[in-house]
Amino acid sequence: MAGHASAADMIREATDANIDYQRLELAYARCADQDAAQPARHPVIVVGAGPVGLTMAIDLARQAIPVVVLDDDCRLSTGSRAICFAKRTLEIWDRLGVGQRMVDKGVSWSVGKVFFQDALVYAFNLLPEGGHHRPAFINLQQYYCEGYLYEAAAALPNVDLRWKSRVVALEHRAGHVELEVQTPEGAYRLHGEYVVACDGSRSPLRTMLGQEARGRTFHDRFLIADVRMSADFPAERWFWFDPPFHRNQSVLLHRQPDNVWRIDFQLGWNVDPDEEKKPSNVIPRIKALLGGDARFELEWVSVYTFACQRMERFRHGRVIFAGDAAHGVSPFGARGANSGVQDADNLGWKLGLVLAGKAPDRLLDSYGAEREFAADENILNSTRSTDFITPKSEVSRTFRDAVLKLAQDHPFARRLVNSGRLSVPATLSRSWLNTPDRDACAGAMTPGAPAADAPVRVDGCDAWFLQQLRGVFVVVVFSDDGSLASGTASALRKLAQQVIPIAAIVVVPPGAPQDAGTGGVVPEGGARGIAVVEDVQGLLARRYDACVGTCYLLRPDQHVCARWRAFDADAVIAALARATCNA
Amino acid sequence: MPATLNTEPNIAAADDFYEALIETHRDLAPEQSGLVNAKLILLLANHIGDLDVLRQAMAHARAGIAPVGDGSAGVAGPPARAAPVGGPRKEAS
Repeated sequence: MAGHASAADMIREATDANIDYQRLELAYARCADQDAAQPARHPVIVVGAGPVGLTMAIDLARQAIPVVVLDDDCRLSTGSRAICFAKRTLEIWDRLGVGQRMVDKGVSWSVGKVFFQDALVYAFNLLPEGGHHRPAFINLQQYYCEGYLYEAAAALPNVDLRWKSRVVALEHRAGHVELEVQTPEGAYRLHGEYVVACDGSRSPLRTMLGQEARGRTFHDRFLIADVRMSADFPAERWFWFDPPFHRNQSVLLHRQPDNVWRIDFQLGWNVDPDEEKKPSNVIPRIKALLGGDARFELEWVSVYTFACQRMERFRHGRVIFAGDAAHGVSPFGARGANSGVQDADNLGWKLGLVLAGKAPDRLLDSYGAEREFAADENILNSTRSTDFITPKSEVSRTFRDAVLKLAQDHPFARRLVNSGRLSVPATLSRSWLNTPDRDACAGAMTPGAPAADAPVRVDGCDAWFLQQLRGVFVVVVFSDDGSLASGTASALRKLAQQVIPIAAIVVVPPGAPQDAGTGGVVPEGGARGIAVVEDVQGLLARRYDACVGTCYLLRPDQHVCARWRAFDADAVIAALARATCNA
Repeated sequence: MPATLNTEPNIAAADDFYEALIETHRDLAPEQSGLVNAKLILLLANHIGDLDVLRQAMAHARAGIAPVGDGSAGVAGPPARAAPVGGPRKEAS
């Protein structure tokens, strides 16, 4: 591409700090498939190289599955789009090896403040307890998120990224999907055993299949203004209802990296978006917020509307929809990109097992069921937030204002204030992959729950529990001193050698020797296939309601699929069979 | 078993209560009264706490009152329904 540095050159020449991912042009390159006499066949074709498609590609490639990624454009995200990435999303990216970079660049935050008119109503902390590796949220411009995911994907030899490659036709055939791909050099055909459609809220693939996303469209408009300035506001989410500087509407302020601040101004429905986008109209709004003397540069302006909607089914044969293509929410609650990344997390291991012939195709149906359930939860929360922020009637507004006034003095009313119920992962409680509790267990780690993190020590080094789960099934056994009943260690080793291996982690209490004794006992550093982690603050046992003998089976996506009060190899094997549709 | 909304007399000094309720709204414009009522409902609802009981109270309050508009200004929603013929229905109790 004349006049533009190639992506590889730009990465080589630039350091992290100064890559302008918004300018990066990802060059179209001719591939061998375009010259093939017959359409080339690939196990998985991902359509769309946004946060969801790239996460999907990295997950599959790390399972040694070759992935083709098709994107109709040659650029990453530009401007101000997704900015809040949730703890669970960071944990997923940690599993894929890209989390640390996001956190290092992002602005970490856990506190939100809500203002009504000219007064602070209350402040909330989304992660009030310690002992978690990741914060409740980071704020990071989507172009950084996509830039880091892109570089991680491009570094994997089995990810084949094809830019300027637009899918223009799709047809289900026996055993595969045929795609027609338009490029600057003409069209070619391609076969995929599975196609993952991550092609965004206006998903062309969804249209090609004659499907729709249905739901509620909200008649309200919001102005996004990103400004660059040096300001000493803390790294918190600030939300104003009816502030003096923007009467009768709401305003949301977020800090992003590089001294960029994102401001969302509610505008109402009856405004002209083109007028509102003019700097001569935007700058006075910003000055009203920041004060007339504030010095800032306008980075980005756009006006958006939104809908809460989803496809009725996320799976259509060999085409599986993820992210905004499958479901959409309002932006209040940061449930869009975050839920899309969770879609990819849910689908990755299932596609891996099905493609390897280790699980039947209907395991992929559970992707639809679990993520449709999660989408409903996100849509419910998002719709409720939107109804609070944008009251639909006089009486709704009266109640909203009454809640906000009461909240200044009365704690009960603060629970009713809804400026966005911020993204937390769904507990997949109704999933048929779960094994219901047989024993009396309490706490939040019910079957279907995403595994909680806690600080641990491994081989004498400080670490985190979730870092020990490496994208495979894991059985976790809580022990009193690292010693295991005779037979347990050998049973755990056998589990690690099954067709679908189950890795083993033995948890020992704080200060317990990790090399206790001999014979049926886990030796130092763990035997082959058995890791030993020290529950260094006792938080793991508390968060998992564990006593000596308590045992969990965790899925590759770190959701709990079963738990017991004592290790029972047959029960673990049965739960694995259930979780993989092999029962 | 879910708790049941008490619709039997429960306020010993009924007339005192009623007078106090009306007095609360003295000299207020309708809009201000609307805000007071909303705050009152929220305070009392929190005191009751039990969502089953609150839902019963909401259903009793709403029974027999026919919608006149689509009630969803600003939102794509179901079309407006006409009031049912035959006047307000008697609530079940």
